[in-house]
Amino acid sequence: MKPSKRLFAWAVLMSSAAGILGAGAAFANDQLEKMSQDPKQWVMPAGDYYAQRHTKLTQITAENVHKLHPVWTFSTGVLRGHEGGPLVVGDMMYVHTPFPNKVFALDLNHEGRIVWAYEPKQDPNVIPVMCCDTVNRGVAYGEGMIFLHQADTTLVALDAKTGKVAWSVKDDDPAKGATGTSAPFVVKDKVLVGVSGGEFGVHGHMTAYNIKDGSVAWRAYSEGPDDQILFDPDKTTMMGKPVGKDSSLKTWEGDQWKIGGGGTWGWMAYDKELNLIYYGSGNPSTWNPSQRPGDNKWSMTIFARDPDTGMAKWAYQMTPHDEWDYDGINEMILADTKVHGKETKALVHFDRNGFAYVLDRASGALLEANKFDPAVNWATKVDLTTGRPEVVAQYSTDHNGPDHNTKGVCPAALGSKDEQPASFNPQTGMFYVPTNHVCMDYEPYKVTYTAGQPYVGATLSMFPPKGENHLGNFIAYDVNEGKIVWSDPETFSVWSGALTTPTGVAFYGTLDGYLKAVNVKDGKLLYKFKTPSGIIGNVNAFEHNGKEYIAVYSGVGGWAGIGMAAGLTGDTDGLGAVGAYKSLANYTQLGGVLTVFSVE
Amino acid sequence: MRRDRPTGHPNAEPRMAGRPSGRLATTIFAAALACAVVSLAASGIARADDAPADAKPYVVQNGRVDHHVFNGYRRYGDNCLRCHGPDGAGSSYAPALVDSLKHMTKEQFEDTVINGRVDVNTANQNVMPPFGLNPDVVENLDDIYGYLKARSDGVLGRGRPKKIGDDDDN
Repeated sequence: MKPSKRLFAWAVLMSSAAGILGAGAAFANDQLEKMSQDPKQWVMPAGDYYAQRHTKLTQITAENVHKLHPVWTFSTGVLRGHEGGPLVVGDMMYVHTPFPNKVFALDLNHEGRIVWAYEPKQDPNVIPVMCCDTVNRGVAYGEGMIFLHQADTTLVALDAKTGKVAWSVKDDDPAKGATGTSAPFVVKDKVLVGVSGGEFGVHGHMTAYNIKDGSVAWRAYSEGPDDQILFDPDKTTMMGKPVGKDSSLKTWEGDQWKIGGGGTWGWMAYDKELNLIYYGSGNPSTWNPSQRPGDNKWSMTIFARDPDTGMAKWAYQMTPHDEWDYDGINEMILADTKVHGKETKALVHFDRNGFAYVLDRASGALLEANKFDPAVNWATKVDLTTGRPEVVAQYSTDHNGPDHNTKGVCPAALGSKDEQPASFNPQTGMFYVPTNHVCMDYEPYKVTYTAGQPYVGATLSMFPPKGENHLGNFIAYDVNEGKIVWSDPETFSVWSGALTTPTGVAFYGTLDGYLKAVNVKDGKLLYKFKTPSGIIGNVNAFEHNGKEYIAVYSGVGGWAGIGMAAGLTGDTDGLGAVGAYKSLANYTQLGGVLTVFSVE
Repeated sequence: MRRDRPTGHPNAEPRMAGRPSGRLATTIFAAALACAVVSLAASGIARADDAPADAKPYVVQNGRVDHHVFNGYRRYGDNCLRCHGPDGAGSSYAPALVDSLKHMTKEQFEDTVINGRVDVNTANQNVMPPFGLNPDVVENLDDIYGYLKARSDGVLGRGRPKKIGDDDDN
């Protein structure tokens, strides 16, 4: 790493604002786009730029999936929570791990023989600065390189054939609570990377690095002055209207925005035709809303930005002045589908706050926002003309104030859905969504900011919705009518990314360790297999030598692992079912393993 | 409150570079204790050092807690919960403190919180950060300990404790 040089380059770039950026950006990464359309490979975390997590392979079907079985497995040797999934590029599979962030290149022609392995040297003091376990959501591929976003925020480019480091750059500073958990995203001649640390008062940002040498192309903060958030007051819109000058600064008291959170640790999508990238920002820091008056823009926001310059075309803040930790970072699924009967270039986003948002991805117009879990109670609805949620006073931790325990808020802070990405199935036109079914009591109180120390300011207890005895659902959701079509209850939160096939199957993993295949039409269970540990990884598909394979990591952990030792609990009054709760530790133990399945 | 004399250093591993030195940590620790003592004296609550040797570091009556234990519960939620789980019950990546405090002395607990602990080897990557510079932790350390000890001793159940004298639970 050459931080001084990078910093210099960074300063030069920033001083010339966005002007310099259009110049060299005409080059499009046609090769990667083409590869992403080849169903035999799985070249980016979400499968394609539209983040649909849908394979076009047809060998595994609703009729034969009962014959599915593991054909080979691979232990990563790491115990912490394994999020994300493997990439398949040509004859190689790339497997990653949580801290210490190992990467293995496996040769599919030789039963997964290790071609190269990479393990960065990182200061272990980054471990406790990570919010909730030391997860990593995967590597990215582009231009013959594998990009790894390490826990310590280093972005490193590795030669995909040899594992040799091509370049390496430090994105932020773990000493201030900034960490790397998200998968990088390759668009055109750039690799984009976000930051985690909303529980430590980071100043969230998305940064584009030039793929060639790792120099900074642009950086867009989630909060701050217009030239730092890369907003044009006249051209950047929300709900169709220009946001105006200082759209972020006006919504914070003093310079609180500098420690305002808005992490960018989720998933990204890209529409080549519109030349826009999409991603969300996380919670404003602290969790105590009374300590940060205002809408706290642009935390909890969906951004549509020009990948060449970083300039925002539109933004939409879902949860102004967050009071519950409903990060807006979940995946943005791009789908050309019917919304209220009309063919739409849609962006569909199942948010932590329990609403499924459907927007026109070109204009940012809000078309629909309905609850995708009936338990959601913090807001009655989202006003489609203002875009604001109608918050219920009883569940408003800001209204009830600090030092007051606000009870029975649904969803809990982990959201009706967390980062675990959903799948869109163009055949049925439906979305297949892994969800949480958990509520909470939330008590905010005053905290002091100390760099690198937790900046949380709330305590909470979590439990299932009143009178219910399961903590998750796997659902099919129809955006045309804005409703849940079917819902499969799960004992624990479903914390695994889904995959659908054109042949009638939806796959997902469970916290107690099952890979499950269900019928896309009615959710009927077609197959299950218990892997060595709980699944918080995403299900991917690929083809090799004429055979279709399904691949998934098991390895319980992450925020889901917080209930591991003793299960969740709550006020037992009126929650008779809670007694039925067994700890997750009675079902599964730690350990990262890749399992590869086929029907032949 | 009972304060056992330290009987030897509980954590033998070398300090990491960049972490508070022993002397700094001791200073912070002393400052924290002084601060805690002052605040206790100011609030007039009987928690004197000359309490009986078997005195508990918490006040729990019929499952209800005093202000200190309640404060400990909240500060635990602020700084410790994300790793050590709800109610000190542990997670997939950090130990259950209700178990740890069955064998840890108060001095060991304080030393670990203030200076942190590193346990990194081929099988584990467990790191407890030093909280010695975090006023929300240092100034509330006795309360956090009291809360966890009450949980560990089994006199306090899971969830948000109810306060002594409160009609409702807020």
